Amino acid sequence: MAFIEARDLVKTYSPKGSPEVRALDGLNLEVQQGSVTALLGPNGAGKTTTVKALTTLIKPDSGSAFIDGVDVVAQPQAIRRMIGASGQYAAVDQNLTGFENLVMVGRLYHLGAKVARQRAKELIELFDLVEAQNRTVKGYSGGMRRRIDLAGALVIRPPVLFLDEPTTGLDPRSRIGLWEVIEQLVNDGTTVLLTTQYLEEADRLADSISVIDNGRVIAKGTADELKASVGGLRVAVTVVDEVQIDAARAILNRFGSGESAVLNGRTLVVPVSDGPAALAAIVSAAATEGIGLHDAGMRRPTLDDVFLQLTGHAAETDEAEKETAA
Amino acid sequence: MTTTLKPIPGNAVTRFVSDGAVTTWRNMMKIIRVPEILLFSLIQPIMFVLLFTYVFGAAVVIPGSDYTSFLMAGIFAQTVVFGSTYSGSAMAQDLKDGIIDRFRTLPMSGAAVLVGRTTGDLVINTLSMLVMMGTGLIVGWRVKSSPLEFLAGVAILLLFAYAFSWVMAFLGMSVKSPEVINNASFLILFPLTFISNAFVPSENLPTPLRIFAEWNPVSALVQSARELFGNVPPGTIVGDAWPAQNPIATVLIGVAVLLIVFVPLSIRKFATISR
Ligand SMILES: Nc1ncnc2c1ncn2[C@@H]1O[C@H](COP(=O)(O)OP(=O)(O)O)[C@@H](O)[C@H]1O
Ligand SMILES: [Mg+2]
Repeated sequence: MAFIEARDLVKTYSPKGSPEVRALDGLNLEVQQGSVTALLGPNGAGKTTTVKALTTLIKPDSGSAFIDGVDVVAQPQAIRRMIGASGQYAAVDQNLTGFENLVMVGRLYHLGAKVARQRAKELIELFDLVEAQNRTVKGYSGGMRRRIDLAGALVIRPPVLFLDEPTTGLDPRSRIGLWEVIEQLVNDGTTVLLTTQYLEEADRLADSISVIDNGRVIAKGTADELKASVGGLRVAVTVVDEVQIDAARAILNRFGSGESAVLNGRTLVVPVSDGPAALAAIVSAAATEGIGLHDAGMRRPTLDDVFLQLTGHAAETDEAEKETAA
Repeated sequence: MTTTLKPIPGNAVTRFVSDGAVTTWRNMMKIIRVPEILLFSLIQPIMFVLLFTYVFGAAVVIPGSDYTSFLMAGIFAQTVVFGSTYSGSAMAQDLKDGIIDRFRTLPMSGAAVLVGRTTGDLVINTLSMLVMMGTGLIVGWRVKSSPLEFLAGVAILLLFAYAFSWVMAFLGMSVKSPEVINNASFLILFPLTFISNAFVPSENLPTPLRIFAEWNPVSALVQSARELFGNVPPGTIVGDAWPAQNPIATVLIGVAVLLIVFVPLSIRKFATISR
């Protein structure tokens, strides 16, 4: 059995006045000990629900989950002693200082008072919050709250770490800082399951990626395996004027080896069989038809393409798109 | 490979006490950091004592008693009942802020969170009682019973309020936002405390309201406190309803029922909620 294993998890929500939602629809997941697995999927895919089920916050309607052989549903308290969790939105006490928040978490893990304080101090330093440590969290920026929350997940140096969109809302510097922290933890043997909407993040951090959509894992493998599975080169173009997008699509479809797709508002991508020739043909056809291009190029498949191919829609929000491009 | 930090030795009881202490500490820190909460819950009863004494005191005639002596038990009851609603809004706020999600991923006792929460109300209610009693004494209220009866009167008020805190904690975990609790408790508790014998003798009320008042548990609470403080005006006509005839028994039964129902219900609820 894998270190973290979920079998056929189903979770439905029946909000009043709206149809039932199958947040998890038979989700299967395996995470090897000491590895980082990324759950990659768009908003509403079921990432948070998966993390909540594995961290004992919700009970699945059916299916089973085990961490290191311990049954998550039957023995939640045993699971809580071995995990650290940081949810999608920071869960910190506004009226306590950053330092007090971490000491409180340590005390609730039943660490001794001295150890709890010592560990809080270490984490404050690790997350670059020394100056703010004695101010109440109420006055913290979003990114600072996020970091206190992440630090809370690391208090006992848990063997298993769950991070739900850990870098959403962090500035680029903090994001890279957090990546380094996660890499260090993994070097030290921690098993990490993280969720992300950022393909770049999954690519950088994860040993294994599970692509999730509509409550199911629709593909899994390493970043390279996933890219290889969609094969071939791509031509991507960005039009200057959004109204010309349909005309541009027609050109891409004409010279591509498959169906073109819209990556975001103005960027289109199409698989091609003969890269350089197709690129040249597309650029010259666009010039002939008077379609202005900001950008046109050939590239190897990215996880964006994986997502497009698997789901027929783009994975990322516009904001996330910019991050990846940067 | 770094080693996971190990908990200090302990059993279910020491863990419960320690978790309760930590969450109570958290609640006390909130009172220190947001002193307005305590300030308002202390100023409001002072204001009520003064307003009722001087505004209605002249107009409401209680045969055989001054209005203040009659009034105090009513103000005490109303204040502690409203004091208990804080558990409701605080649980709702913690749920919204995600603190409860954090707690629920930790190997701690959920019951300890609820005990800490309801005990927080008890502390604030005790302080409010002290302040109100001081104000009452200044404006002429006198206890006319034995010290033991007086203490029993204080205890029954606080006990009822404590049991009611569990009801509110449960409701706080069942609503979508803290505002719902604040608005709903105002809409429900205001009439409940006013259509009672708290501020005017219930025998003076129109018949439908009088019947309601006689069955109203708040009336039983007020009547219990009034009896135990020796503040029942001579010649008071007590209604025929069983609760009106047996106020102390009514309150004690009520407390037992509320605790038996809402303690397990709240603990079970806590174990399933998430933001
Ligand atoms: N408490 C809830 N009540 C109703 N629907 C919910 C609830 N939580 C999640 N959902 C729905 O379940 C689906 C999966 O949500 P979630 O796991 O939060 O997705 P993700 O984290 O990938 O964005 C979404 O359609 C979401 O609207
Ligand atoms: Mg989510």
